[in-house]
Amino acid sequence: MITLSHYLALGAILFCLSVVGIFLNRKNVIILLMSIELMLLSVNMNFVAFSYFLGDGAGQIFVFFILTVAAAEAAIGLAILVVLFRNRSTINVADLDALKG
Amino acid sequence: MTFELFVFYLFSAIMIFSAARVITVRNPVHAAMFLVLTFFTCAAIWLLLEAEFLAITLVLVYVGAVMVLFLFVVMMLDVNVAPLREGFVKYLPVGILVGVVMLVEMVFLITQRYFKAEQFPIPERGTAEAMSNTEMLGRLLYSEYLFQFEIAAIILLVAIVAAIALTMRRRPETKYQTPSQQVEVRKQDRLRVVQMPSEKRT
Repeated sequence: MITLSHYLALGAILFCLSVVGIFLNRKNVIILLMSIELMLLSVNMNFVAFSYFLGDGAGQIFVFFILTVAAAEAAIGLAILVVLFRNRSTINVADLDALKG
Repeated sequence: MTFELFVFYLFSAIMIFSAARVITVRNPVHAAMFLVLTFFTCAAIWLLLEAEFLAITLVLVYVGAVMVLFLFVVMMLDVNVAPLREGFVKYLPVGILVGVVMLVEMVFLITQRYFKAEQFPIPERGTAEAMSNTEMLGRLLYSEYLFQFEIAAIILLVAIVAAIALTMRRRPETKYQTPSQQVEVRKQDRLRVVQMPSEKRT
């Protein structure tokens, strides 16, 4: 039988993987955005697991809204990325130092 | 080991493997593909949790829309990958250290007695005449959470406007047609009837 701890552990592993991903790919904005998506997915996993084990639908409603916000975030983030690439011809984070004093 | 547990472990293994590939693979297109696999297996695990509507939403919205958007951008940008990978090996030890420490802390928390199986017993399977998952979500969403639902709609609208406003640009070198001028044109503007004497037949 699958207990709540199984799902929580899976969510924790996924979250840690995405944190490691942010550490490793700190030069590549695209992979950074993907890591953020993974992070949101692991949080959603916890929400759905608690919603199932507590018998409460509010957790799934919350996941619904997180999905909405994540989709909006991905769309705007990728739009910013396209504009950035158009202006600077690079998406390397190390090259984006125009605001450096 | 029951069949359910076997399915859970199988999908978890696929999910963790593909998530690890997302952050380590060299090519961003492959990373996007592995992210698609991660979302797919996550949807399968949500089916085990009887969240059918959200599982389908994850496949439709994420795999169908967001990841395609990612692929579009990755392929459009034509990125040189080599300089983006520098520092990968340098940050590998500290990244793994932080990740492992976080994981140990979180697993330590969730294996304490507050999240044990006695505290959270597995709910019984719903009967056939019980409310379906979609109906339950719909009833909640359109009654109790109606205001939040409308705010979500506004957020999506703002996202559309922002994405279009950010990426749209006028290119002066591009030639455009002006349909209003095309429609407004009259015969006198374009056509000139020239009267000239006809040639005599010889």
